[in-house]
This record gives sequence, C-alpha cells and structure tokens, in this order.
Amino acid sequence: MYLYFLCLILFIVGIYCILRKRNLIKIIIGIIIAEYAVNLFFALAGYRIDGRAPIYSQDQAIANMVDPLPQALVLTAIVIGLAVTAMMVAIAIRIYEKYGTFDITKIRKLHG
Amino acid sequence: MGSHLVTLFVILPLAAAFLNLLIGRKMKGAPDILANLATLALLIASVFSVFAVAKNGIFVYKVGSWVPPIGIAMVLDGLAAFMLVTVNLVAFLCTVYSVNYMEKFTSKWSFYTLFLLMLAGMNGVIISGDMFNLFVFLEIASVASYALVAFGTEHEELEATFKYMVMGTVGSLFILLGIALMYSYTSTLNMADISLTLAQKGLGNITLFVSILFIAGFGLKAALVPFHAWLPDAHPSAPAPISAMLSGVLIKSLGIYTIVRVLYNVIGVTKEFTNILLVLGVLSMIVGALLAMGQWDLKRLLAYSSISQVGYIILGIGIGTPLAIMGALFHLFNHSVFKSLLFLNSGAIEYASGTRDMRLMGGLREKLPITGWTSLIASMSIAGVPPFNGFFSKLIIIFAAVQAGYIGYGFWAALVSVLTLAYFISVQKNVFFGAPSKAMLSGRDVAKWDDIKEPPLFMRLSMIALAIICIFGGLLLIPAVSGNFLNAATEALTAGRDYANTIFGSLGL
Repeated sequence: MYLYFLCLILFIVGIYCILRKRNLIKIIIGIIIAEYAVNLFFALAGYRIDGRAPIYSQDQAIANMVDPLPQALVLTAIVIGLAVTAMMVAIAIRIYEKYGTFDITKIRKLHG
Repeated sequence: MGSHLVTLFVILPLAAAFLNLLIGRKMKGAPDILANLATLALLIASVFSVFAVAKNGIFVYKVGSWVPPIGIAMVLDGLAAFMLVTVNLVAFLCTVYSVNYMEKFTSKWSFYTLFLLMLAGMNGVIISGDMFNLFVFLEIASVASYALVAFGTEHEELEATFKYMVMGTVGSLFILLGIALMYSYTSTLNMADISLTLAQKGLGNITLFVSILFIAGFGLKAALVPFHAWLPDAHPSAPAPISAMLSGVLIKSLGIYTIVRVLYNVIGVTKEFTNILLVLGVLSMIVGALLAMGQWDLKRLLAYSSISQVGYIILGIGIGTPLAIMGALFHLFNHSVFKSLLFLNSGAIEYASGTRDMRLMGGLREKLPITGWTSLIASMSIAGVPPFNGFFSKLIIIFAAVQAGYIGYGFWAALVSVLTLAYFISVQKNVFFGAPSKAMLSGRDVAKWDDIKEPPLFMRLSMIALAIICIFGGLLLIPAVSGNFLNAATEALTAGRDYANTIFGSLGL
C-alpha cells in the first residue's frame, strides 16, 4: 500500500513542479517526474509481491504471477514520453535562442 | 474486401508520410502530389466506408489475427465512419490549399510528413477499439500537432507551442492514469470487453474517478472551458491550413469523439456524467463567445469561437436524447466545415495583405471577391442564419433541449447564437465592407492597397468547395441524400453498451 502512496507523492511533486516553477527546463523536469509516477503506478498495478515471471512451464504450478501486460504498455508509454520530452527540449532551446531566457515570466509576446 | 478496409485509414497516411520523407527532399513538387493523392484516396475510402457500414453493419479487424479481447481490435461502425468522413474531407481540402499557401515556408516536404502523421493519428483514434491503442494514436496525433504549431519557429509560435505541449502532456497523463486504473479494475483493455466486465462487476467509485480523469484528459484535448487556455494561443500561431485542421477536426477527434465513445459505449452514460457535460458545454459556449467579442486578431477571434461552438456539441451530447445527439453530431460536421473555411479565409487574407489585425483592414471585398463571398457564407453559417447548414444543427440542438425539459440550456444556446452573429457581423464589417483603412492605402505595416490580389488557384478552389458544402450541408438531414450517414452515427451512440454485444456478435463469439 505504501508503494502506491509514494507513487502519489511523486505525481504531486511533478504536478507542483509544472504549476509553480518559472524555468522552462524545470517545467520539463516536472513533466518527466509526473510521467514516471504514472508509469510506475501502471507497472505496480500488475505487480504481485514475491510473484514470479509469467513463463509457463509444465511442471510448475502457477500460483503467484506478475502480470506482464502493464510492463509492455509502460515500455510503450516510456518511448512516447521520450519523444515528447525530446520535442519539448528542442522547443525550449529554440525559445532560448529567440528570447535569450528560460524564464516564463519574461516570455510574453502573446496577449490575453 | 471486408474488414481489411479498416486498416487502410492508418496504413495509407503512415506510408505516404514515410515516402514523403524519402523522396520529398530531392524531388520538388513530389510532396504536393503525394500528399494530395493520399488524402484524396482517404476521402474516397471514408465515403465508401459509410456505404459499406450501411450495408453490412459493423466491421471488426483483428490485428495480427488475434481474436479480441486478447488481441487488438479495430472497429468501423456508424460513428467511426461518420468521423472518418469529417476528418478526411477537411484534411483533403487543407492539403489542396497547402499547395499554394505553404510555398512561403522552406521545407514543404516536412510539413506534409507531419500533416500525414497527424492524420494517421486521428484516423487511428477513430477506428481503435482498444483503450491503450487509442492512447498511442492520440499521442502520435498530438506530437505531430505540437511540431506543426511551431512550424513557423518565430517568437509567438514557439511560445504558443510550449504552452500547448505542457497542457497537452498533462492531459495525456490523466488519460494514461485513467487507463491504468481501468485496467487494474477490469483486467482488460479492449473497449467492448471493458464494457462487458463493468456490466458484470458494476460501476463502483473507481469508475466514477476514472470517468472524471477521462473527462479532464479528453476535455483538455477538446479545450472545454476550464481547460481551454492553450487553444487561443496554439491555433492562431499555426500556418492557416493547420489552424483549420486543429480547430476543424483535431479537437473533435481527440477530444469530443473520445469522450463520447468512452462515456456512451464503454462506461455507460449516467445522470451524473450528463450533468457534468451540460455544465461544461454551456460554460464553454458562453465564455468562448464573450472572449471572442473583444478580439482584434482575426485568427484569435476564430479560435475563441471554436471553444464556443464546441460547447454546443458537448451540450447536445449532454442532453442525451437521440435527437440531441443527432444535432450534436451534425453540428460537429458543420463546425468542421465552416470553421476550417473561416481559417482558410483568414489565411488567404494574411497571404494577400500580410496582416491579421482587423483594425488595419477594410474594404477587402473589392480586392478579394472570392475570399469575401466564401467568408460571408461561412460567417452566416456559423451564426446560424437559415439557408446554411449551421442553422439546422443549432435548431435541432435548441429544439431537443426544450423537448427534454432543459429550457434554460436552450435559452443560453439561442442567446450565444445571437452573440455569434454579432461578432461575425463585426468581422465582416471590419475586414470586407467599408472603406480601406489608412494603413492599407499608405502601405505601412501591411501590403499596399494596389498590390493586394486574389490568392492562387488551389487556395481559391478549396475555399469554394467548403463554401458549397456550407450551402448544401442542410440536405444531409434528409436520409435519402446522406445515405443514412447521420442516423447510423446516432444509432451507434444511442445503442450505448450494446456496443460490446455488436462487436462480439460480429466476431461470432
């Protein structure tokens, strides 16, 4: 149970970082942390304590098995997260070239 | 033939995007031809799929021959066919428009590659019958759209993209969290199977929580009012054909379609959800319209008006009677037509005059007659003036609201329609009627009055095609004309959780 709780704390740290930080890079780090918290939660959803790998063999009774599907899905989610992060860092670099700062309070060309 | 048709909607744009990347850099002109052929083929296939669905019922494609619920399913039913026609129609006309419009950007081939990737993502979301697969396609479309919004790489574009990316990613996180919770409760990812399992296990508190996560996540993608802050920055910053795609179809296929599919067909709609949707819908409608009234930037005004019109669709979905759902879906189709036309018009104005500020314009009707006429048709259509398509869909939504006893909501819908008329009359007056502005006569900040001329052929063609659909769109309400187009989509939704039985029935399980 405490694992889920730690997972929640990680998620809140990420969301806090997105909402409160002014530096673009720190916002990106916040997104990564929140993303990892969700991925961790998904992997935990399929985890069994003292469970074993889900490989079927004739002579073994399969009693306590880890669900492999969330792990496969999390792998996909991590790859997607990588693409989004790369894209975000690229945009942040271009913003730095244009504005000369990472501070979001100084990046304000759009009105409203 | 048969269910293999379904895969075409993802494979074709993906393959075209890949080919474009290979040959586009070297051969000039090839990207134009390739992208237009691909979107034309998709449009034909989607129209064909409407008739195929009307004849055969549902199509289910088993990816890799694994039988659902173990394998991934791709589902083409009435609603999916309807959405595919909407998306691919707008996509085709936008690629036609881009042939001339995108000349001023340096790398046209990369534009088309991203465009086709976004299209593949949207089509994938629509035909996916599996929650996680839906998430993957949603991210493909989103990432491509982030890159497209930043395509100009100027100050405003980059700033808007960053905002859009942060909000979009948070939305995706909510959706992924919702999927994880749903999986841990039902132990399956197939939408039909989730619906069956929920019917057996019952809806607990966890389903309520998951639905709220989904409404927040998909609502962020659809820019419903508490989550709308990114849209007025992102949509105007993109190049005009992309603004048309984003406002016209992206927010609908990634936002509204997914909300509707998940709430109606998977979780099963209850009174609490429809009340949430009603409130969000009315709020979006009013706030969008009020914010649109104060804008001088033409594209920004159109972006706010998108928020307001999406409110109508969500309101119709929230009322939930078959008539209201039909009105909402019809408004979804109409909105993608006239809003993309308005964005293409604004692109044509920018192309000719070099500005988007309405204070610097005036009297452009004389110089740009085709843009002026098509824009007038689109404005009247979005405001709900009788002969055009927007009138019929708004009338159905308001009528259904009154019929279902939601007289207050019907009143708000009618009032917002009047506000819409007011700000579009002001657009017409400032941009097309009246005398040319001083700035334009002197040529300061904008193109000189004598140099302004109609945009090139392909831009005119796609604007005229969309205007014709606006005029005759109302005819789609007659079943003989539309080939059961709207009714099939409405039936797919009103069937609710029979969706699961239909899918497993068609698999013979």
